[in-house]
Parts: sequence; structure tokens; C-alpha cells
Amino acid sequence: MIKKLKKILSKVLPNLFKKKKHLKIGLYGPPNAGKTTLANKICKDWLGEDMEMGTASAIPHETREVQVQENINIKKKGKQLTFNLVDTPGIATKIDYEDFLKHKMNKKNARERAKEATKGVIDAIKWLDNMDCVVVVLDSTINPYSQVNITIIGNLAARDVPVLIAANKTDLKKSNLKKIESAFPQYPIVGISAHKGKNVEELYEALFDLVN
Amino acid sequence: MLTLQYIPFSEIEPLSPGRRIAKLLTGVKKNKIVLMQGRLRPEEEAALIQKTMEEVSKEFRGIELCTINQEKKNKDNFQQLKQLFTKWLVGDRDSLTIIGPANVVKEIKRNPDKIELLTHTLKKAKKRKRK
Repeated sequence: MIKKLKKILSKVLPNLFKKKKHLKIGLYGPPNAGKTTLANKICKDWLGEDMEMGTASAIPHETREVQVQENINIKKKGKQLTFNLVDTPGIATKIDYEDFLKHKMNKKNARERAKEATKGVIDAIKWLDNMDCVVVVLDSTINPYSQVNITIIGNLAARDVPVLIAANKTDLKKSNLKKIESAFPQYPIVGISAHKGKNVEELYEALFDLVN
Repeated sequence: MLTLQYIPFSEIEPLSPGRRIAKLLTGVKKNKIVLMQGRLRPEEEAALIQKTMEEVSKEFRGIELCTINQEKKNKDNFQQLKQLFTKWLVGDRDSLTIIGPANVVKEIKRNPDKIELLTHTLKKAKKRKRK
């Protein structure tokens, strides 16, 4: 009887998961961590050189709307993973238009950008409920013990969303991967440089491990 | 002059998540640095950020937020379980949450063992408020 039940379940359960169109994998993190640079790298690797999700910039809050790229198909060692990639605006607890003035932006544009950025943060938080898996992108040159990082990861844990941490900008001298590892020891962490494409293959491997 | 407002856990505990956030933001928007006994749940912290973003204006540019946990490391399993059960039963009273207005508090630097609260000079903060 139990054997029969097991057999039925093993047939039914995979079909249940198949019904779910695609996984939604989100890129979350503070502003300027390199989420869009990583999103672009993933798109270029798997959809073609011309494919980019958004514009990366040194000015914070360049991404102010949630961007979705559908049907990304990753193939590795006979395994396959199809997902929709969600690039989210950086999450911050403060947005000061005067910070944008430092980047030679005029007052009107800076205020407009600040306004859009606040909406972007709200949207990014709302989208947390839709994620099947999240890559938290952190700038490895910056102290990881920030409340924003803790809040993002705490929220994902509370929602039982699998988390992979991409410690970005490892090509820079100030990069400190060990500090990120000691801040979040309970999560898989991969050091990458999305800009230079360094170690991104390892990130894909970790993504397979996380999803399967 | 910097004003600190202390909110004991007993004042926050009976409130709904929405009212908790409103209470914290009311103090912060009056340019006070709020010290709250305990900590918000992760979902409440996210809601606090959302609400803060909704209220960002020329005068209010957001918050600096930091939570300090007094959990001792190297606890054995029984102690950890006991702590979890206590938190579940009476809430997380061991932590301390610091929330300051971004125009007063420039940065809260947190390392595992220490907290550094860097403030804007008062002159600058007042000037920013007047703008």
C-alpha cells in the first residue's frame, strides 16, 4: 500500500512542479552592488552578446524599475535550468537627492531620480513575495554588516526563499570576501566580478546546486 | 542638540505592525534618534523601509537603521533552544534597535563587536532642514 502511494506521489509531484512555468530568480542587494552588471552578464552569456537587461552606472539607483528577462536557459554538464531573471532596484533606507548632485546632475533631474528611486525600493520589496530563489549581490569592497543586507536576507529566510550570495567586485583591491563569509556563514557565497566576468561560471554551478 | 527617545518593549509589544512602524517613524521624523528595546520582525523591517520610502521628501530623506543583538556565541544546543522558546513566548527583548533620521545620522557603522554612530554636524542638519 505504502509502495503504491509512493509510486503515485513520485509520478504526481514532478508534474505538479512542471506546471509552474519558470522559476523566478531575483537579483537583490543594496544600490551599486552590481546587480544590473550581473544581470547583463547572465543575459549575454545565455541569450547572446547583444542582450542587456539594463544600463549599469556608477551613479546609485540607476535601476529604478523592476526588470524581468524571461526564458533564460542555462545548460551545464547535461543539466538544464530555465528561469525568468528579475533585476530589482537597490534597496536603501535613505535617498537624498543631494547625493546625485555630486554626480554632476542638475537639481531637477536629481529630485526626479530620488523620487523614482523611492518607488523602486518599494517595488523591489513588494517583489520579494514572488521570488523562487534569490541571488543577493553584495559589493565585496564594502562592510557587509549593514542593516539593509541583514533585512534583505532576513526577509528571504522568513519567506523560505533559497539564497545565494554573490560577493561582487572581487577584481578590486579592497575586496574582502572573508568578511562577507564571516557575516553570512549560513549561506553559499561565490566571489565574482560581474564586470570582468570572473568566476561567473562558479556562480552558475552554485545556482544549480541551490535550485536542485 | 541630539535627542534620544527610548521606547521600551512593553510600549511596542501590544501594537499592530503598522502602528509599531508609525510610532517609530513619528519619533524619527521629529529628528529624534529612537532607541527601541527589542527588534522588529524581518517583515516589519521591510515594511519600515517601504513606509520610509513613501514618506521621503525634501525635509525627510530617510532613516539610518541598526539592530544590535546581545546573543552570546558558543551557546550549547539547550541554551539556544531555550533562547528561541523565550523569544517565541515573550518576543525578542534582548536586542536593541537604533533608528535615526538620515539628515541627522550620517551612518551607523556596525561591526560584530561595536557600533559607531556618525552624525552630520548640527549646523549642516539644520541647513538641510531649512532648504
